[in-house]
Amino acid sequence: MNPEYRLHHPKWYRRKVPIFWWLSKWSYMKFILRELTSLAVVYAAVLLLLQVVAVSRGEEAYANFLAFLERPGVLAANILIILGLLFHAVTWFNLAPQALVLRLLGRRIPDRVVLLAHYLGWLTVSALIFGGLARL
Amino acid sequence: MKGRSIEPFFWSLFSSGGMLAALVLPALALALWVAIPLGWLQAPSHQNLVTLIGHPVTRFCLFGFIALASFHWGHRFRFTLYDGLQLKHLFGLIATICYGGATILTAVAAYVLWMF
Amino acid sequence: MADTVAIEVRRYRPEEKSEPYWQRYEVPFREEWMILDALNYIKDNLDGSLSYRWACRMGVCGSCGMMVGGEPILTCASYLADHLPGPIRIEPLRGFPVVRDLVNNLDDFMDKLTAVKPWIVREEEKPLSEGEYLQTPEELDAYKQYSMCINCMLCYAACPIYELEPAFIGPAAIALAQRYNFDSRDQGADERMDHLSRDEGIWACTFVGECSVVCPKDVDPAGAIQRYKVKAMTQWYKSMLLPWGEPKR
Repeated sequence: MNPEYRLHHPKWYRRKVPIFWWLSKWSYMKFILRELTSLAVVYAAVLLLLQVVAVSRGEEAYANFLAFLERPGVLAANILIILGLLFHAVTWFNLAPQALVLRLLGRRIPDRVVLLAHYLGWLTVSALIFGGLARL
Repeated sequence: MKGRSIEPFFWSLFSSGGMLAALVLPALALALWVAIPLGWLQAPSHQNLVTLIGHPVTRFCLFGFIALASFHWGHRFRFTLYDGLQLKHLFGLIATICYGGATILTAVAAYVLWMF
Repeated sequence: MADTVAIEVRRYRPEEKSEPYWQRYEVPFREEWMILDALNYIKDNLDGSLSYRWACRMGVCGSCGMMVGGEPILTCASYLADHLPGPIRIEPLRGFPVVRDLVNNLDDFMDKLTAVKPWIVREEEKPLSEGEYLQTPEELDAYKQYSMCINCMLCYAACPIYELEPAFIGPAAIALAQRYNFDSRDQGADERMDHLSRDEGIWACTFVGECSVVCPKDVDPAGAIQRYKVKAMTQWYKSMLLPWGEPKR
């Protein structure tokens, strides 16, 4: 008999959740990676702001900033950030059909339609951005 | 309505920021920080950029975008720290860092774009 | 195919040991057996002291949920063959306190379920003389998915937030609240809002999405929660910007 046992008041067992619980399953790991893309988003916002600051400071500052962007370390970092941004976008749009349930004419709009609409929107905005910048 | 959470407000910033970031950032980042440095796209002339950014609508949109993206990060990162590293007991410190940081970024963006 | 398969069960017998431990059994392998059949074999032939819950053995009662190979499943609905090679590890559902062996205490869920008022709430009951509530197929379609919940708790076991934060209402309770919110006969959406739009309510959820992945009835609690967040957000803005439009309590 377990000396710690309390008759009529047995102890229920609860495990302690490990700090790195998300390492135990790939789907949890994917979730954490998805959440960490917020760092890529804020990095991009900051870099965008820095670019605006450079433009506001005049031609030389702007040229320096462009040179800065061409440095291999910076370029490599930015490519990684863009991978993070892509992961954010893809996971975001893929979850949209679960969050956005709309009914049209009494029927629920199918998930794939919602998904397609998001991706088409993404394509359109991206084309506008590239097109707009190409013409500047 | 007693004691209703303030979370709906922060969640609205998170979700709108996230949607904007998802739609805009991949293409914008690719264009500005990969295509232009690598010469696939010609860098816009300084004058053209000044004209574009100088326009009040552009400045307002840029401000809105940076503000929402910052609060998207703040809200999401807060929960990442709570759940990913089990730091929920530090909720005061984390909220300050996350939403405070986002507020600072927003304020800086407001200043920069106002003074442009 | 091998004759037998090894099953490792996470035992917890507080009268013997204060910590859980693994116990291994060799069980005959049959192509048509479910995990539950293996457990019943152990109980009937090898070790009568093993404690676990089961009832309908056909995936509708929600009693037999356990972690098998680290995944929450209904043991009556999963073939032994799908978990080869052994040893097949069986543990009680995560997130709930273990009373004994594979038996959890589910009081927390029961309390949370009651708190969301999972019944038709009417401002005024319709008298019998007026007949039944009529509902079109479209109105049924609006909530039917959420009505499929069998309270098996696999979603709670899959949700990392629930284990980290036991105060979290959890997926099934919110999905069942939504089942009534979307029911055209129900008028209780406002009553439920206060309870659900709390920090330990829907706002603790970070849309991991595992709850919907493991649900054996395709209830999609994650979707129910996200839809509720949109609704709660809209209501919050309405109450802030148009306070004169407050619904009466």
